[in-house]
Amino acid sequence: MDANEVRERMKIPRQAMGEQPPLERVRNFFEVPLGYTEADAVKEAQRCIQCKKPLCVGGCPVNIDIPWFIRLIAEGKFVEAARKLKETNTLPAVCGRVCPQEDQCERVCIIGKKGEPVAIGRLERFAADYEREHDAAMLPDIPSWTGRKVAVVGAGPAGLTVASDLVRKGHKVTVFEALHTPGGVLMYGIPEFRLPKKIVQSEVEFLKRMGVEIVLNAVVGKLETIDELLSNGYDAVFIGSGAGLPNFMNIPGENLAGVYSANEYLTRVNLMKAYQFPEYDTPVIRGRKIVVIGAGNTAMDAARTALRLCPDEVSIVYRR
Amino acid sequence: MYEITEKVELSHTVYYFKVRAPLIAKKRKAGQFVVLRLNEAGERIPLTIVDSDEKQGTIGLIVQEVGKTTAMLGRMGVGDNILDVVGPLGRPTHIENYGIAVCVGGGIGVAPVLPIAVAMKQAGNKVISIMGARNKGLLILEKEMRQTSDELHITTDDGSCGHHGFVTQVLSRLIDEGVKIGCVVGIGPVPMMKAVANVTRPHNILTYVSLNPIMVDGTGMCGACRVSVGGKVRFVCVDGPEFNGAEVDFDELILRNRSYLKEEKMAMEEAMYHEGTRCYEGGSKG
Ligand SMILES: Cc1cc2nc3c(=O)[nH]c(=O)nc-3n(C[C@H](O)[C@H](O)[C@H](O)COP(=O)(O)OP(=O)(O)OC[C@H]3O[C@@H](n4cnc5c(N)ncnc54)[C@H](O)[C@@H]3O)c2cc1C
Ligand code: SF4
Ligand code: FES
Repeated sequence: MDANEVRERMKIPRQAMGEQPPLERVRNFFEVPLGYTEADAVKEAQRCIQCKKPLCVGGCPVNIDIPWFIRLIAEGKFVEAARKLKETNTLPAVCGRVCPQEDQCERVCIIGKKGEPVAIGRLERFAADYEREHDAAMLPDIPSWTGRKVAVVGAGPAGLTVASDLVRKGHKVTVFEALHTPGGVLMYGIPEFRLPKKIVQSEVEFLKRMGVEIVLNAVVGKLETIDELLSNGYDAVFIGSGAGLPNFMNIPGENLAGVYSANEYLTRVNLMKAYQFPEYDTPVIRGRKIVVIGAGNTAMDAARTALRLCPDEVSIVYRR
Repeated sequence: MYEITEKVELSHTVYYFKVRAPLIAKKRKAGQFVVLRLNEAGERIPLTIVDSDEKQGTIGLIVQEVGKTTAMLGRMGVGDNILDVVGPLGRPTHIENYGIAVCVGGGIGVAPVLPIAVAMKQAGNKVISIMGARNKGLLILEKEMRQTSDELHITTDDGSCGHHGFVTQVLSRLIDEGVKIGCVVGIGPVPMMKAVANVTRPHNILTYVSLNPIMVDGTGMCGACRVSVGGKVRFVCVDGPEFNGAEVDFDELILRNRSYLKEEKMAMEEAMYHEGTRCYEGGSKG
């Protein structure tokens, strides 16, 4: 790319992504951003100057070949872009939505030094959505069985990714999940309006088609212990059981009815679909005023959920 | 899918089910429970495993119809499938030879008491059981309890069978008579467990109660089931369900269990409207 072209490309502004207007979206659980159109995506992809030493790749925890997939989008090869993504990332439609790109790839993108970085996350999301919506997902070549079996504990993003990597290497993989649905936090924690559950399930379906076996309602340690798995034919065990257990603060009144941990509140609403009560049986207290204590990602998810369930007043209380 | 292979009506609105779950049947120990979900839109509810048959690969559950999910389960029969059953959850009861073990079951609470009474007996205890209900028709598992107990006392609130009064009165009498009780296991409605703990506390008798809070996941992930025990927050699904009754804050548990009375009523009315079925007054969940 010559200096002229780089200059031209740097003039293109970062493409906005359409979204539901605020007053409308607080009344529903549909996804807030609407995603790029093909034209938006191509234009945004043209902002990437195809660095010889791409800093963005170093900022990506799974080292996606970012300039390559972006170039494919710029050339209109959307399905190929999705395949490129999937070489190193099992869950691009998920990561394109919920990865903190602003702290990772986009934070170090060279274009961001002067202006706004290339919208890598939005492009990732676009390519993955395009492939899914066009039913173009293609199974990768799976080598013949190595003769090895691996048990994976937990079907969260960690477990699913490990499972995918291992089947691609020719191992047999069984994922044991405690809940009735695979996905971990993607299903029970992150709200529908930020990550539609249909997308998570379609990614899981793809893994199953690749040969990953998923056993639900199976709490490892209660049903079978790790030792039993190892002596019952598994050669290795990966533990991806998550770390997110609620921590209570020991303040008076904390155990009163109507006080929730984020995990309980979000699990009721997301996994058990309490926002559709009484069509779904699980209730959640709606109240008139809701206070969220804390201001991290999880608190924001809880507050945004609360706003949709209790339009009167939602406040965030934070110590800083 | 988990198939129902047997169903027995124990009393009006109380049923015994055998459910095919071979791995759980193999692993479960007295005092543990499962969480089940009947269908896609269903709630996750905890139920104690009352017995199991490793050969048949089945577990036994006893269910009292108190809300929408239990009423729907009550209408299911042999050959029907339950969508999700996960377990065995919780810690097994601590069983040892205490000399004399008194097993107290109130209402549907007799169901979870039975496997413990059996295990206590096997461990060499003299088992004295006290089972109570509002009236004669609501007494369940009398034959099984009699079989496993060295002594069985029955109480009914209305005097229609056995002692006219409460299980705690019989327990107090045993203590007054100088019976050397090594351990009491009390399971039933929360107010009953509270009363049992109040009776034994002054005598320093080790008393286990099995708590029945509202749960969601049942794996320690959400904290819905938290209770205060000895001033500390504990999760019933992973730290329990049994705790030292002397230390449990029962009043807090009663309040927490009332969180969704309005919603439960609404769900029942909805179900009745759609299916034209019977409805029952709320009570404690098994
Ligand atoms: C509300 C919320 C919002 C978040 N938002 C974001 C975001 O926008 N971006 C981001 O990057 N990160 C986000 N995170 C963090 C992110 O979700 C976690 O980093 C990620 O889920 C960790 O994945 P995991 O697979 O390790 O664990 P989990 O997703 O927790 O999955 C673990 C799975 O293991 C199962 N399991 C546990 N024990 C057993 C057992 N003994 N046997 C069988 N199964 C078991 C659990 O049921 C669960 O399904 C968020 C977290 C929360 C709670
Ligand atoms: S750093 Fe930015 S401009 Fe360079 S390759 Fe990566 S995305 Fe493109
Ligand atoms: S039921 Fe969720 S932690 Fe116990």
